[in-house]
Amino acid sequence: MVKSIRWALAAAAAAALLVAGCGGGDDSSSKSSSSGTPSSGKPVTINWWHIANTDPLKTVWKQAADEYMKAHPNVTIKITVLENEAFKAKLTTNMQAGNPPDIFQSWGGGTLKEQADASLVQDVTKPTSSWIGTLNPAAVGLYKVGDKQYGVPYNLGMVGVWYNKALFKKAGIDAPPATWTDFLADVKKLKDAGITPIAVGEKDKWPGMFWWANLSLRVAGKDAMAKAGEDGSFDSPGFVKAGEELKKLIDMQPFQKSFLAAPWPGATGEAGTMAKQGAAMDLMGQWAPNEFNANTKDKKGLGDDLGWFPFPQVEGGAGQEGEQFGGGDGFAIGSKAPPEAVDFVKFLVSPEIANKAGATGTILPVAKGTESSVTDPNMKQVLDTRAQSTFVQLYLDQAYAPAVGQAVNDAVQTLFAGKASPQDVASKIADAAKSGG
Amino acid sequence: MPPSQGDSATLVRAGRTTRPAVRRRRGRGRLATIALFLAPALVLYLLLVVFPLFQVIRYSGYKWNGLGPLDDFVGLDNFKRALSDDVFRGALKHNAIIIGLSLVVQLPFALGVAMLVNSRLKGRALLRLLFFAPFVLSEVITAVVFNLMLQPDGVLGGLNVDWLGDTSLVLYTCFVVISWKYFGFHMIIYLAGLQQIPRELEEAALIDGARHWEVFRYITLPLLGPTIRISVFLSIIGALQVFDLVWVMTGGGPVNASNTMAIYVIDWGFKRFQFGYASAVAVIMLVISLVFALLYQRFVLRRDIEGALTTMGT
Repeated sequence: MVKSIRWALAAAAAAALLVAGCGGGDDSSSKSSSSGTPSSGKPVTINWWHIANTDPLKTVWKQAADEYMKAHPNVTIKITVLENEAFKAKLTTNMQAGNPPDIFQSWGGGTLKEQADASLVQDVTKPTSSWIGTLNPAAVGLYKVGDKQYGVPYNLGMVGVWYNKALFKKAGIDAPPATWTDFLADVKKLKDAGITPIAVGEKDKWPGMFWWANLSLRVAGKDAMAKAGEDGSFDSPGFVKAGEELKKLIDMQPFQKSFLAAPWPGATGEAGTMAKQGAAMDLMGQWAPNEFNANTKDKKGLGDDLGWFPFPQVEGGAGQEGEQFGGGDGFAIGSKAPPEAVDFVKFLVSPEIANKAGATGTILPVAKGTESSVTDPNMKQVLDTRAQSTFVQLYLDQAYAPAVGQAVNDAVQTLFAGKASPQDVASKIADAAKSGG
Repeated sequence: MPPSQGDSATLVRAGRTTRPAVRRRRGRGRLATIALFLAPALVLYLLLVVFPLFQVIRYSGYKWNGLGPLDDFVGLDNFKRALSDDVFRGALKHNAIIIGLSLVVQLPFALGVAMLVNSRLKGRALLRLLFFAPFVLSEVITAVVFNLMLQPDGVLGGLNVDWLGDTSLVLYTCFVVISWKYFGFHMIIYLAGLQQIPRELEEAALIDGARHWEVFRYITLPLLGPTIRISVFLSIIGALQVFDLVWVMTGGGPVNASNTMAIYVIDWGFKRFQFGYASAVAVIMLVISLVFALLYQRFVLRRDIEGALTTMGT
């Protein structure tokens, strides 16, 4: 009898432990959200998720958090560093549980709008109004839903063509092409010289989407793109024409071997192909040199051979000079975040930290007056183009609802695989957009 | 233990604690103990398996992006949409192809290897180890290693075949990698089965003049029946759910050429944020697996598991 009671107790204890173990986590951060000003002095915890998972930026931000905590002893900042895809997956789970982090990576656009519609992010129009004007307005605009501010940018870059100057020289090309006709002629020259003209990672789909989106911006124009985002008219003549131009390029077979199975990053990907001189050009954002560097033995990438030029103009298209395709990074503020979170983000994008971040050569800071911190010649060129740009079309998978963005990626991949006509591609995207995503 | 039958039995046990009241209390104590031991596992099972299962079934009736409230009830529309979607039907077909190839190629191959390493062979312990080793590797590691080898400038890429980029080839490439990883597992199962077959039977048949093929056909294969039936079952269930390896190798592409049902679910759930629709596809997948498992147990495994599940001992 005694024995069995002892057993029962042990089992009950074990059960209790297990149940306690899998019960809800702590929500230490959220309690003080409704009250007080940033300097209320009450201890608060800020959960900060970012995706700068490699140095030097990772360390810059760690130091920024330490510095802030030193100045504000009541604030504890818990940093969670995640890789891009892992971040998206983990954020989704937290969002579904209605438990967003206090500060988290955001690209703005359609995804941020969905989060705002579900009240998972804070309207920070008021607390940021006194200082948001010190940031680049094009970047700030990406984090607006209607006229409300839901996030704060720290980086704005754009997609352009990274090219290998040595290989261009070898093919007898003196200057980067300014028009699409010249571009296609250069592709031909490179091919004739036995050089693979372009690296692309179509396993990931979005690198191919960059080609389609840039051509759409040049041929159909920004107004058509905005209109299509509203009413799904991706099958209008401009988009079909853009697809035809892309098909012209694809039909020249300018890509590396097995490009349909190659991802963007890593030794086997688009970046690795560029890094080992396996291709002359790569259409990619400002983050590309970092990945090229990582894929060479000496970590210096292509060195002085690396150059950059903006996407060429298409003759007869609706696009204007000064319109670029790009996007950036920023931070959204979770619905349960304490006021201190906004204050910390203000510190993060302030010239003091932005200068340090810009000096790492991995981002193009958006605080006015910090542009000079960028010293890398190629990044400077991207920055110059940004300064002259009149309009930035946000990455399509961010600008549109996620399902529409994916439909663009899928349809463009079929074009790259030679499995569909430009007309098919246009109507497939239109179908997905019109069915409400 | 049934109640004591007749007085003599009672008398025999009278010296011990066979008074009814005590025994009943003891029985209750035992039940409580069982319940307590079962509780942790049961709680976890309900929380992590049964509850999500019902959640998925509930979500499958809605159009839902995973963020807002569940308020757009669409009934069976998600199911209709999935069953009429070419990409989903393609994924289903790919699962069927992998099942077919597993049964026709992978399992017979595993059986052959098992026969080989079951015979008196020099270094067979080492061979067994080598053949089983791939099974121990994680799927992701396997996929990454094969991706490197199948690159145009990889070890196997030199053959000038676009293993992963050719839409008509990629599914078969994936199947070969899946087989490479799993044949060792089936080999071990078969090996265990083969070692249960008494050698005397084979020897007797050989003395009676049976040829090796006949020994295999009329002795080995029938006696290996239960093992083969289990291995087929595991193989089909595995092929229905194939995910990690293909996901890492190709992501289901290019142009959906290696898409499977599980990849389709993840794609629509976590990339397009249409969780209602993805849930409906997950339910379809569940129904297929469940119906298959029940039918297989009822009709194929019946002899093998008789008594193990249906009665509660004595």
